[in-house]
Amino acid sequence: MKFITKSALAAAMMLAGSQLAYADGHAKCGIESGRVSVVGNEFPAIQTVGAGAQECASDSVEVKTNLTADHQKINVAGMTANPAEYTTAIVANSSIVALINEDVIRPLDDLVAKHGGDLNKNQLITIDGKVMAVAFMANAQHLVYREDVLKEAGIEPPKTYEEMLAGAKIIREKGILQNPLGGAYKAGWNLAQEFNNMYIGFGGEFFKPGTAEVSINNEAGVKALEMMKALSEYMNPDYLTHDSNATSAEWKAGNVAMMNMWGSRVGPLRETEGSSQQVVDNTKIAGPMTVGGGSIPATTLWWDGWTVAKNISDEDAEATFLAMKNGIDPKMLNDETMTQAVWLIEGYQPTPAAIGVFATVEAQAKPYPMKPFQGLLHTALGAEIPDFMTGKESAEKTLADIEAAYNAAAKEKGFLQ
Amino acid sequence: MKHKTFFWFFLPTALAMLVFIAAPILSILMQSVFLPHEQVVIEVESCGPFGCSTTTSVDQEATAKLWEEAPLGRFAGMQVYFDRGHLAVAEVGEAWSTTQSWGEFFGTLGNLPLYRALAFTLTYTFVSTPLLIILGFAIAVAVNNLGPWLKGPVIFFSLLPFVVTQLIGSLILFWMVDARGVIGTFIQWIADDPDLSLKASTPLTWIMLIVYGVWNSAPFAFVVFYAGLQTLPQDTLESAMVDGATRWQRIRYVVIPHIMPLVTFVLLIQLMDNFRVFEPIIGFSAEAHATSLSWIIFNDLGGETRQLSSAAANSVLTIIGVSILLAPVLVRTWRESKAKT
Repeated sequence: MKFITKSALAAAMMLAGSQLAYADGHAKCGIESGRVSVVGNEFPAIQTVGAGAQECASDSVEVKTNLTADHQKINVAGMTANPAEYTTAIVANSSIVALINEDVIRPLDDLVAKHGGDLNKNQLITIDGKVMAVAFMANAQHLVYREDVLKEAGIEPPKTYEEMLAGAKIIREKGILQNPLGGAYKAGWNLAQEFNNMYIGFGGEFFKPGTAEVSINNEAGVKALEMMKALSEYMNPDYLTHDSNATSAEWKAGNVAMMNMWGSRVGPLRETEGSSQQVVDNTKIAGPMTVGGGSIPATTLWWDGWTVAKNISDEDAEATFLAMKNGIDPKMLNDETMTQAVWLIEGYQPTPAAIGVFATVEAQAKPYPMKPFQGLLHTALGAEIPDFMTGKESAEKTLADIEAAYNAAAKEKGFLQ
Repeated sequence: MKHKTFFWFFLPTALAMLVFIAAPILSILMQSVFLPHEQVVIEVESCGPFGCSTTTSVDQEATAKLWEEAPLGRFAGMQVYFDRGHLAVAEVGEAWSTTQSWGEFFGTLGNLPLYRALAFTLTYTFVSTPLLIILGFAIAVAVNNLGPWLKGPVIFFSLLPFVVTQLIGSLILFWMVDARGVIGTFIQWIADDPDLSLKASTPLTWIMLIVYGVWNSAPFAFVVFYAGLQTLPQDTLESAMVDGATRWQRIRYVVIPHIMPLVTFVLLIQLMDNFRVFEPIIGFSAEAHATSLSWIIFNDLGGETRQLSSAAANSVLTIIGVSILLAPVLVRTWRESKAKT
């Protein structure tokens, strides 16, 4: 029920449009005048950043935020116009690609030189030597497990997907849980992401080096699909409709013992609302798993950061840079915000909720690829993999379909001839 | 009406139609035959919190120059229409020449996105439209025979499914038919199968969507038919009763002919609406089992890289589909009206 309320609320917020911070007082954050308009995803960490930017509103500075789960459906359109509606978009390493492809964000080198002295060097996202975004948090999918269930079954937290599978079998056979595994396997973006994780874990490369030619119809691809199917046997039969929200709800209901989940979602899993004390107390996290005897973790690393629109005046760009920088200022770190994310901000102290993401970085997981055509492959994967998961066709046929669907899309977008 | 009067009377409507109907259609037609320029891709070094790596990126300067030279993109004619994501001419041709049986041919066809979507869209349209008309008519006749003090509340409650926004209605039902939801558990109990899941089976998902479609749209048919019943000629009905016509005969020979124009109206609207089935697929997260033309458009535009030409081509195909679907009904109505004058 909570999910419905939340979705309804989110939809209502989206319809109601953006929130406007009303002006009070004089110049703040060192901004004399200008317009700041933020579009971004909606989760606690980003809301904190948005609130920080809104602090800069004054009589002469307007600060608006529009934080919604549908941000990437509106950010390109909202930044294409001249002047752009949104002066900044909060993006991740997958979604910045669309903004770069459409050439709607500006290099930040001069603004960083002028105002960004206190930013960490690793916060600067550079492409071809130009700073295109300022990252403020890291994210990754990693293992989340129920300590009590694993203890009862007499198994250790898995380090590999093979161990996870074996553990799930034991838990089911002992009758502790019928469907002990969870995962955001919803057809579409989520399912495609799980394939990406697994395929990287098996050492696969998505494209022929230096080209836009896809090459996933290989042994690693088949193995990745087969592992996903093996895992799905131990999931709720409705798994193809479960996104991260629904999977979290399953977890909170106490139906799941192990899952590969986003680090940014661990905080809410530790709240008793919609859950029980037993589940909350026994929700533990660990690093990512490997698969097939490989050493590369079967997961990807992500950053979230902000950009500045190209089609706005230099004055607005400077105002936006300063306001967003205020949003990620070290002074906003406190007991509450510390647990919201793995901040890349000076002065951040890792909380217990962050060990999964840190372990992922240490295990040298690969970042989600920032290729201009990766998004097209992601869409093709999300649309075609369900046929394999529902048993309609073989792994090889599905992989061939994915390649064909990608090729058609890449030809349309001009990446392939 | 004089021609001049008619012209001035019709002008605002014509202008609105031009701006809100003709122009967008023209725009998607253009969009569907032009593609983005070939991308100039360069290898670059990219750095971030997780270190540096070599990746590819679009060369902005070279691309901007291409767009300046040809702002519409490159003309591709019917290329998008014929590619695998749409009519898949090459793939269908190959399937035609290599498959041995009809079953195998349709199996291959069902693997292509557009034909798979059409399979569900057409099934949905042709199953739910007649069902909802029959159900709507049955409710209308039943309500019409109720005592006056009951009519109000019954009409209100029968209209509720239509009042609830499709997306919200389907989201609520989505959780109710969940394996642990009220309806889901009930169905498991009836079928005596604790592992039964509506959402995991393709046929059950289709049935669920069709039942939902009927439930949602029947009130529309009901309200139209109920209004029609209020204008029933009482004389004819009474003479039919005097002649000893049974209740069924009165419905068959008096009521149905009287409201037939309304049936055509509901049929037209619902064929059009059902062909564009979309919200239930999203609400029920049913995209793994059922897709529709509108869902493909949504998917084209919802990815991290938007496929505008593909979405435009699908929109044009949807318009063509609706036209084909409506043509028989429209032609019949036109003939009838011609016969009358």
